[in-house]
Amino acid sequence: MKIIRYLRVALESITAHKLRAILTMLGIIIGVAAVLVTMGIGRGAAANITERIESQGTNLLTINPGASSSGGIQGDSGSAGTLTLKDAHDLMNKDLHPAVSLVAPEYAANAQLVYGDTNVRESVTGVTTDYAAVRNLTVASGEFLTDEQVANQSQVVVLGSVLAADLFEDENPVGLSLRINGQPFQVVGVLDEAGGFGRSTPDEKAFVPIGIAQGRLFNAPRYRGEYTVSTLNVSAAGAEQVAEAEKQVEMTLRLNHNLTADQDNDFSVFNQASLLETASDIAATLTIFLGAIGAVSLVVGGIGIMNIMLVSVTERTREIGLRKAIGAHDNDILMQFLIEALVLCFLGGLIGVGLAYGLAAIFAQIPAFTFTVLIQPDALMLALGFSLISGLVFGIYPALRATRLDPIEALRSE
Amino acid sequence: MVNESVIEIQDMTKVYQMGDIKVHALRGVSLEIQKGEYVAIMGASGSGKSTLMNMIGLLDRPTSGTYKIRGVESSKLSKSQLADLRNQEIGFVFQRFNLLPRISAQRQVELPLFYAGVASRKSREMARAALERVGLGDRTHHRPDELSGGQQQRVAIARALVNQPSLLLADEPTGALDSQTSVEVMTLFEELHAQGLTVVMVTHDPLVAGRAKRVVTLSDGKIVSDKANGHNINISAWEAAYENH
Ligand SMILES: Nc1ncnc2c1ncn2[C@@H]1O[C@H](COP(=O)(O)OP(=O)(O)OP(=O)(O)O)[C@@H](O)[C@H]1O
Ligand SMILES: [Mg+2]
Repeated sequence: MKIIRYLRVALESITAHKLRAILTMLGIIIGVAAVLVTMGIGRGAAANITERIESQGTNLLTINPGASSSGGIQGDSGSAGTLTLKDAHDLMNKDLHPAVSLVAPEYAANAQLVYGDTNVRESVTGVTTDYAAVRNLTVASGEFLTDEQVANQSQVVVLGSVLAADLFEDENPVGLSLRINGQPFQVVGVLDEAGGFGRSTPDEKAFVPIGIAQGRLFNAPRYRGEYTVSTLNVSAAGAEQVAEAEKQVEMTLRLNHNLTADQDNDFSVFNQASLLETASDIAATLTIFLGAIGAVSLVVGGIGIMNIMLVSVTERTREIGLRKAIGAHDNDILMQFLIEALVLCFLGGLIGVGLAYGLAAIFAQIPAFTFTVLIQPDALMLALGFSLISGLVFGIYPALRATRLDPIEALRSE
Repeated sequence: MVNESVIEIQDMTKVYQMGDIKVHALRGVSLEIQKGEYVAIMGASGSGKSTLMNMIGLLDRPTSGTYKIRGVESSKLSKSQLADLRNQEIGFVFQRFNLLPRISAQRQVELPLFYAGVASRKSREMARAALERVGLGDRTHHRPDELSGGQQQRVAIARALVNQPSLLLADEPTGALDSQTSVEVMTLFEELHAQGLTVVMVTHDPLVAGRAKRVVTLSDGKIVSDKANGHNINISAWEAAYENH
């Protein structure tokens, strides 16, 4: 096969000019690796954000006291507490709220947790049994609060994974006792790691029956004789029913709170699905932004290829002149340069991909980097395709130019 | 014996345009060379020797005039046919060695065979034979920078010979060599000539020219003398004259 012999000539020419070959490939290597890593970071971050939001349950509505300010961010929730356990019970009415599947009220405040000489201040959240289902929480050992424990206001606690490790280190906490604001509580369960963001992560919280939290522990403020709650967690019956559930919840709460048509809500409903949408939008923008940075480096890499190729034009022109003088046809020359450029681009592209995976592996070792660099097939195609094209364009340019010359002009070129 | 003109040049001119200035490198050259001749071209620097050689070697095109190579008018040939002729019929040895850098002698010599489409095994054997013929059978894997100037020149000669051309052209093949290696190269040329090759060679060296059978002298783009060398009669010219008589 003639193509194999062209390949051999091309490889010979590459090995005869190693430095030139390496410099040419360097542009491709850096360009490909840069695009893959920057796009990978964008996509990794996007996937991470989405996953974290989804881990908190996509059908989730959270309702906080206080009117919502613009953009769905809740207002001051502590002071004007108007949400009560009665609201929670009313929302559980299946006939009035067919789009609602579970309702889980919570009352949270900070408390001192003490075990042995370990002493931490963390959020202690009073919840009901359904809280685990609504918030997608699973236990690693022991079990979550039972209906009985909630009804009896037992002094039991379930710990988030990080909090459990902080307090008990290597000991298995289940069955052991700790003190919350001076009162003894028995640990009945430890949660799996849940993730989530900042202060909202369950990993650093302790969960107790809601009655205990509202009563003995924190003595929650009352509204119309009922203990207030800090949040109502409501899960919709399905992803398509979130909006419907939101309407039904709003209706009941407005009725309960005697709001007239011209009055604003005295609570705010926070929709996880719309948060997810916003986050995906941000992530997509981030990916485009990082991809653009990558594309710039690819272009810079392309210019690098062009520089090397242009610098070697004279040398190459003379080589072409010589080859023509001993009988090479124009096609022979073009084939040689084409294959040479393809080989260089292919090798450079492969090394670039390898480098990108290497960098991704290094990022994975950095603890502050909480997400993986996602290298996906379409990004691979894009980067390799672009480098191939730039390599071909710039690689063939001198050949095309030189094939037009008479052999002697090419030989004479300075 | 019927004469066969390998080279027939009529009124050839070559003008180089350098900005506003026209450089007349050749001003009407007519030259006929028969098969099997051994011709030296002499002349002062800038007299047009290399220009003429490049025309004969089909590396350049004249401004006017005709050039028939083995009876075929060269201006009628396509680029591809010219490439084939350069490959099959002409071996060119350049003044500067013009080897490809960093490639073994063996591969240098194989290049014309590659472009001729010779199968690789056969091409290896032929290249080896050509290198042995120029006395470099033991240097096949050396690269140009590992060879002396004379050896490099002999690699170039092997490359010119490997496709068994009928015409060997050499532009100052000994210009960059010491007298000892010059003699080696000349001896090689004489052997090739004795084997029937037509040899045309540019030189400044009267001693080198003295070993050729015919000396053509150029001056300012014109042939000013063309004579058989010493008592070595130009057999083919003599035969031509005899037949025309
Ligand atoms: N590419 C070119 N462009 C312009 N002028 C040229 C070119 N090549 C040759 N010439 C001119 O043509 C004339 C003949 O050049 P040529 O190279 O044939 O000389 P030469 O006899 O081989 O000289 P030398 O013995 O120095 O090699 C010179 O005046 C030279 O300057
Ligand atoms: Mg010259």
